[in-house]
Amino acid sequence: MHPVIAIRNLSKVYEGGFQALNNIHLEIQRGEIFALLGPNGAGKTTLISIICGIVNPSSGEVLAAGHDVVREFRAARSIIGLVPQELSTDAFESVWNTVAFSRGLFGKPRNDAHIEKVLRDLSLWDKRNQRIMELSGGMKRRVLIAKALAHEPDILFLDEPTAGVDVELRRDMWNMVRELRSRGVTIILTTHYIEEAEEMADRIGVINKGEIVVVEEKKALMQTLGKKRLTLYLQNPLESIPEALTGYPLELSDGGDTLTFTFDASRGRTGIGELLRKLNQQGIDFSDLHSRESSLEEIFVNLVHETDNRAR
Amino acid sequence: MNIYAIRAIYKFEMARTWRTLLQSIGSPVLSTSLYFIVFGSAIGSRMVAINGIDYGAFIIPGLVMFTLLTQSISNASFGIYFPRFSGTIYEVLSAPVSFVEIVLGYVGAAATKSLIVGVLILITARWFVDYHILHPVWMLGFLALTSVTFSLFGFIIGIWADSFEKLQLIPLMVVTPLAFLGGSFYSIDMLPPFWQTVTLFNPVVYLISGFRWSFYGVADVNVAVSLGMTLLFLVLCLGTVWWIFKTGYRMKS
Ligand SMILES: Nc1ncnc2c1ncn2[C@@H]1O[C@H](COP(=O)(O)OP(=O)(O)O)[C@@H](O)[C@H]1O
Ligand SMILES: [Mg+2]
Repeated sequence: MHPVIAIRNLSKVYEGGFQALNNIHLEIQRGEIFALLGPNGAGKTTLISIICGIVNPSSGEVLAAGHDVVREFRAARSIIGLVPQELSTDAFESVWNTVAFSRGLFGKPRNDAHIEKVLRDLSLWDKRNQRIMELSGGMKRRVLIAKALAHEPDILFLDEPTAGVDVELRRDMWNMVRELRSRGVTIILTTHYIEEAEEMADRIGVINKGEIVVVEEKKALMQTLGKKRLTLYLQNPLESIPEALTGYPLELSDGGDTLTFTFDASRGRTGIGELLRKLNQQGIDFSDLHSRESSLEEIFVNLVHETDNRAR
Repeated sequence: MNIYAIRAIYKFEMARTWRTLLQSIGSPVLSTSLYFIVFGSAIGSRMVAINGIDYGAFIIPGLVMFTLLTQSISNASFGIYFPRFSGTIYEVLSAPVSFVEIVLGYVGAAATKSLIVGVLILITARWFVDYHILHPVWMLGFLALTSVTFSLFGFIIGIWADSFEKLQLIPLMVVTPLAFLGGSFYSIDMLPPFWQTVTLFNPVVYLISGFRWSFYGVADVNVAVSLGMTLLFLVLCLGTVWWIFKTGYRMKS
């Protein structure tokens, strides 16, 4: 199957010489929820903006459903909806009018039934005749989502959709995303919240400093890159890690009360037995222990650290 | 052609006009009427006729043009500057619309508004001053051409400006003086020869002269030249707008 979005050799150098994207290759499959995960300033918004036609690429190409987003912008853009990161809304227009405007702008004939459905789904129906400036921030975010859905896009971009959003809207939004996906809409969201990617995405792409660091199925990402951590709660605090144990990936914390051992769970020999024997030999007793998989957060931090070190 | 988009932008912009009716249409009509009262009825009755036209009637085409210019520029420049300022321009940039459609929507609405103002002023003027229109079709033609051309010019200013200050700068510092010195209140052959020549570099002279011809059949410069100069300015504006969209100047990074 052809990817619904294909990004090849894409680079962006802003005026003034800042390289925001560096040779990006990325394919997004039809119907998936893809999370673009990266710290602030990684280039997420820049990447989305190029796909949507708001920023000019410096080199490379992007195809949306096979249409070049620059040369065949009409075909490409008419199937894309964008919910921007910033809360940029009109002020004096009514909710209904601004959403109807979006539909027309994207070349679709008037369809009041569809707009009604979108507004109802987003709990905006009661507010349809209010001026946007009278709405709260969360409601404005809903209006932006409604505008993006007004023309029934096949591909929806959500740029940091839950930044500064209350729990209720977050829940509504995820319900909406799942429903859209069940109708075959491809969803690409950016976030710097790991839980968000972990909760929602089918696949995750990690971006840092304008480069895609890794793209993986969420489960696979957590499995292959996932390390396990064994935490030992010591009976007597240690001042430092004993010399006999220096070869092990150990970390002392809580003022010497806990010792954490990181190991690769996918390998047969984890080294736990050996470690415990050595601790015994050193006379280090512990009162409790537990082990767990590292979270996506830790994976992410490690990945970003790795690329930062490589860059140096 | 994305007709729905043109219509959406046009409707959206016109809705802004109706929402602010008093300010967008009422105020220019009122302030121009003040000129008619002062210069037309009051002072005009003491002035000698110019080229056989009563002074009160003589200044009408110039005043209408003057208002048309300033209104077209401010409508169109604000119409595109505001979404850039508020950030809502992202939606237009990400929509399947070409620059022709964007311009038709924004400039079309701004020009429509100017036309409405122009016609209303002409109707209002009737209460204060007795005037006639010799070539009504040409008159409407000049009215429409000027509205479109200067709305385009305003559109360019709205894209160039990166602050509200700059948005006001050109209309205030350039257009208003040119319009005042463009022969609204006098015929240019009343000027000394040197200033007559200088005046010919003022594009507004051609607009007003041509427009006045459509009323009274007399003109400072040949009507064909007037028309040609206006069209030339239109083409210059079109070219600039085309370049803006081709390069993404001030619209896309
Ligand atoms: N218009 C611009 N001109 C210059 N630099 C920019 C511009 N927009 C973004 N940047 C820079 O590009 C980098 C990536 O920004 P962005 O794509 O917004 O990151 P993210 O969305 O991942 O937080 C940042 O360092 C930002 O400062
Ligand atoms: Mg961003």
